[in-house]
Amino acid sequence: MTRTAPDRRAWVEQIMGMPISVHVRGAGARDAATARAVESVFADLRAADAMFSTYREDSQIRRLQRGEIALADCSTAVREVWLLCGTALERTDGAFDAWAAVPGSPGTFDPTGLVKTWAVTHAAGHLRALTGLGFALGAGGDILVQTGPDQTPWQIGIEDPRDTHRVLATVPVADGGVATSGVAARGQHILDPRTGEPATEILSATVIGPSLLWADVFATAAVARGASAVDWVQGLHGTSGLLMLTDGTVHRWSNAP
Amino acid sequence: MRRIIVALGTTATGLVLLFTWPTSWNRPVTGPGQATALGGAGTSQGTAATGASSNGSGSTAPVTSTVDGAVVQTPYGNVQVRLTVTDGSVTAAEAIAYPDRGGTDVQISNYAIPILSQEAVQAQSATIDMVSGATFTSRGYIQSLQDALDQANL
Repeated sequence: MTRTAPDRRAWVEQIMGMPISVHVRGAGARDAATARAVESVFADLRAADAMFSTYREDSQIRRLQRGEIALADCSTAVREVWLLCGTALERTDGAFDAWAAVPGSPGTFDPTGLVKTWAVTHAAGHLRALTGLGFALGAGGDILVQTGPDQTPWQIGIEDPRDTHRVLATVPVADGGVATSGVAARGQHILDPRTGEPATEILSATVIGPSLLWADVFATAAVARGASAVDWVQGLHGTSGLLMLTDGTVHRWSNAP
Repeated sequence: MRRIIVALGTTATGLVLLFTWPTSWNRPVTGPGQATALGGAGTSQGTAATGASSNGSGSTAPVTSTVDGAVVQTPYGNVQVRLTVTDGSVTAAEAIAYPDRGGTDVQISNYAIPILSQEAVQAQSATIDMVSGATFTSRGYIQSLQDALDQANL
């Protein structure tokens, strides 16, 4: 690193019970407009939390779950997420099922597994609007990046689920998303929709692709699917990634679009 | 869906190229002032315009040249096309400038599959901007590597 590194700045806030990190890189890193854009990102994520949180009894999702309101009464955002969850169900052959994500309550709609990356993707629009800057937006281990004018990719490390001081791999990403799901993420379990029981065969699944939302859906689906995901990921065109099975076996893939 | 997105992107680029095509087509393509002589056999790479090509004419060696179309502004971004011409017929066409407005267009135009490194390493020994993992919680985060990375840049 003999050349001068581009100016960088980082912000962190706790939203939705997880750390949200924004890193920017480039000539405008310390501009007031950049700081305002980052504030707008955080504000959007707080608003999404208020709308979608299953921990807030007054959220639209909780009221929808209790039958107090119908889907048609919900905001455009909730209806958009509902439709995306339907698409995710199809694209994962049922392995990502927002209607089978609440233990002991099949049929209850819980889009939590998709809301985070949906909200991050929307909120990142504030950063995309900035010129001359690259950004990396991390939300509890899922990351959306875009390069600046220098086209230098962001170096992403993939955490070892058994030892968080180790990375299983590093990967340079210019534009796109990196999502990791695991069997014990945030103290919750990913359910296998076929059995309703927690999935246990995959310790962690990382998917890298042009869309963070779909990378996350596929990572969650891979964990739900279990060991058969090793074959299934071969059909995820335009993605690369890594699976760690419970026995410590690591499977990498890289598929042409 | 990924395939559909790619297909849409390709279609969008294709449409742009299609719309810009007549401009390029009607351009004089063999003027010595604008064309770059390549010499040798024609190197046909494109597929869009090869249907009408015929370069095996007579005993003289085929004359191949290229010409760049003007940069055309479209709703999708700037497009520029390079033609390869052999003995007066277009034998190849390629886009040398693509829509590059940013966002989705950049993803479609530039997305290359990132390749993961092969070896696990101690986190502190790797050059890393951010960490992807499933174990992030607000509490665990305090000790996490991401925290260190954030601190280093605050």
